[in-house]
Amino acid sequence: MAEPSRPPLLDVRDLKTSLYTRRGVLPAVDRVSFALEPGETLALVGESGCGKTMTALSVIRLVPAPPGRIEHGRVLFRGDDLLARSPEEMRRIRGDRISMVFQEPMTSLDPVFTVGRQLIETVQAHRNVSHKEAWELSVGMLRKVRIPEPQRRMASYPHELSGGMRQRVMIGMALACSPDLLIADEPTTALDVTTQAQILELVKELREDLRMAVLLITHALGVVAEMADRVAVMYAGRIVEYAPVDTVFGNPRHPYTVGLLQSIPDLELTRERLSTIPGTVPSLLRPPPGCYFWPRCPLAGEICRDAQPPLAQVGQSHYAACWKAG
Amino acid sequence: MVLVISAVVFVTMRLIPVDPAELVVGPYATADQRELARRSLGLDQPVLVQYGIYLQSALRGDLGRSIKSGKEVTLLIRDTLPNTLMLGGLALALAYLIAIPIGVVAAMRQNTALDQGAMAFALLGIAVPNFWLGLLLILVFSVSLRWLPATGSGGWQHLVLPTITLGLQYTAIVARMTRSSVLEVLRQDYIRALRAKGLVERQVVYVHALRNAVIPIISLLGLHMSGVVGGAVIVETVFAWPGMGRLLVNSIIGRDYPVVQGVLTLLGIAVLLANLLADALYTVADPRIKYSAQR
Amino acid sequence: MEGATEPLGTAPPEAYAAEAGDETALASAPWRDALTRFTGNRSAMVGLAIIVVLCLAALLAPILALHPYAEQDLLSSLEPPLTPGHPLGTDIFGRDVYSRIVWGARVSLEVGLIVTTVSMVIGIVIGCVSGFYGGRIDLLLSNLINLVWGFPLILVALLLVTVIGPGLNGAMIATGLVIWSGFARIVRGEVLALRQREFVVAAKALGRGNLWIVSRHILPNIVGPVLVIASFTMAVAVIVETSLSFLGLGAQPPTPSWGSMLNEGRALLHRAYWLATFPGVAIALVVLGFNLLGDGLRDVLDPRMQD
Repeated sequence: MAEPSRPPLLDVRDLKTSLYTRRGVLPAVDRVSFALEPGETLALVGESGCGKTMTALSVIRLVPAPPGRIEHGRVLFRGDDLLARSPEEMRRIRGDRISMVFQEPMTSLDPVFTVGRQLIETVQAHRNVSHKEAWELSVGMLRKVRIPEPQRRMASYPHELSGGMRQRVMIGMALACSPDLLIADEPTTALDVTTQAQILELVKELREDLRMAVLLITHALGVVAEMADRVAVMYAGRIVEYAPVDTVFGNPRHPYTVGLLQSIPDLELTRERLSTIPGTVPSLLRPPPGCYFWPRCPLAGEICRDAQPPLAQVGQSHYAACWKAG
Repeated sequence: MVLVISAVVFVTMRLIPVDPAELVVGPYATADQRELARRSLGLDQPVLVQYGIYLQSALRGDLGRSIKSGKEVTLLIRDTLPNTLMLGGLALALAYLIAIPIGVVAAMRQNTALDQGAMAFALLGIAVPNFWLGLLLILVFSVSLRWLPATGSGGWQHLVLPTITLGLQYTAIVARMTRSSVLEVLRQDYIRALRAKGLVERQVVYVHALRNAVIPIISLLGLHMSGVVGGAVIVETVFAWPGMGRLLVNSIIGRDYPVVQGVLTLLGIAVLLANLLADALYTVADPRIKYSAQR
Repeated sequence: MEGATEPLGTAPPEAYAAEAGDETALASAPWRDALTRFTGNRSAMVGLAIIVVLCLAALLAPILALHPYAEQDLLSSLEPPLTPGHPLGTDIFGRDVYSRIVWGARVSLEVGLIVTTVSMVIGIVIGCVSGFYGGRIDLLLSNLINLVWGFPLILVALLLVTVIGPGLNGAMIATGLVIWSGFARIVRGEVLALRQREFVVAAKALGRGNLWIVSRHILPNIVGPVLVIASFTMAVAVIVETSLSFLGLGAQPPTPSWGSMLNEGRALLHRAYWLATFPGVAIALVVLGFNLLGDGLRDVLDPRMQD
């Protein structure tokens, strides 16, 4: 842990989380490592089922316990291993130092309590303030997330708000205690395009304002381009490419990343067929011995089938897990 | 309100055909009863007129007289209604007060011995017919142990067995329902979001989850408030509890039609009131409903 | 439910077809899958076993019973259980309790089947009409359904018995008059949901008649929930019939309804505890059986369905 320069805000090392299902054990997060500097935004990208949400849940230790279990690894937050913390200590960190915003604003707020009540309880869970002070703080948060007539809105119920407004409330709640790290799991996927843009703008602004690091989970490359400083591409539970955002878009080295980028429809070319990556994600119940991407990879070779490539450096701050990427 | 009136009309209308048909046609009728019938409210008049007359007197507080005892029906009802209300109310109150905590605990300790035991017990509670339960309780507590009286009223001891008998099946149903409701709520997204906010687990469960889980239980309460009327009929008969249920059954057996008519009508109204109350409660419980009702 | 926050991987690519033989491929037919789950459910199996015993008792009553249910033997009046020839004792007329219980299975089963079948038909029809046509018809019918659903069965039954007079027929009609609402509720809900589904809209677009749509598309899809409700309805029917018989308003002597047997036992609690005990066990077991069966069916056929 003795680093010459200041340690990263979040340092995930060799994280392994498995799901114990009726049909077998699934390595949902398979030896994942990445780091986040204070104020930096890291995007975890990948298709559905690649393990990005599980990774996020593992960091904040909200993995659903009966089927899931964090087997291995270290999650160093400001040098402190979160996996070694007690449940009560974790509880105090959640919402205060690390906050998480989820994908579905429609169902992420308790429907039977007012927005104000839920905001106040967040504040009072972490700060020793009077009800009045908490109320003021909450109104302030609503104002910060650009909700019109914040005082009136305190008495609204979630179902009285639109999806975009609900997501703003969620963000407001998450940022109420000025956390160091915000984990955003597909924060805009469930919203329409216009609202998406607004929410992203809001997050960018607040991120600036609070000097907050963001771990952004998404499958939308457009969002990545707009928000992220660094990108970690995930496939079947592993990180296959890890680089600054410009590098990933400009010089992708892993065939999967290349494939992803190629499949973004180009609005200018009208006549070509949409490019896709052939095949499907493998079942992880019986993981293959070699590279998971091997069956679908255009560069596939003998070594790819037999041995799994480690995440190796292929450029400055640029890592890829591919035998053919060197 | 229109519903109330129309339903009441409905109930009473269907009662009217009883009197003339049974009294005149049935071989069960004695000469006495036939005399009485002819004397009261002119059976030769069309049904609607009869009904009109009946309704008029009813609104004045006169529901006729019992054939058996000659007492005014209104009086009989006034004597027995409070007893039924006491029994039913107590049974439901106890049932819910006991069942909800059981359901919550069972859900929190899902699949443990406690949970499975409680749910097995609940299954039995639902399957056992209340009249049999009453008989068994009498057998054990009155006949064998002689701890509690079997029948009649007079002191709190007389209330114990009937209340347990009436309330047990509701306890069972509500316990099961609470458990599944809590489990369902705990699966929701917002519970995870609440934990992510850093709330104490106790707050997540006992404030948020419980408040949400209670909503379907409230609608169940509405259903039960009208259902308990039916249950009371049987339980009162078993324990000779002087309530409206027993009055009803005895009147049916004894062909005391004015009483039957009065009691059934009143019970019908009671059921409707219970439904209305239930709807109101539900609106209070679930803020989402209030919203759509305002439109 | 696995509870995974992300969906599991799908079928493996051609490259390792050798692995394709594992359970991850959803190859088995849905019915076979459902059957496996059902037989694996222990309490559902217990329920099924009880019902099977009930049916056997009803069908084989002449063989299984030791005496005809009406046969009196005044010399053996009020014999306790375990008397030779009378394993569960006799009642005040010397009738064998065990035999009457066995014969009673017929009564309960018959009442249950008739009531359930008739109300199933009524309920399905009304539910379908209400859900399918919507609009004012639905408004009217659904209010009616809810009104009837909330109404205590016993009261309606008592009302009818007053008019028709005591007897099993009255009990059956009365029960049927209210229970249909249970079917109608669920059917209506299902039909409302199904009506929006693509295959129904497509059928309509193709110009298929309503009746055709209903019978080909709607009915097969409601079989599951209907079966579940049917099982619970049987339980309710048994309870109502026995309750009425207990009050003396259902089955009339000498018909051996378990409810009327309990009524007779009531008067003799002090002297003959067995009269008030064993018939009740039968009722409880049967009701439990149908409830367990219904629960099991629900878990298998429609886990999303709630009370």
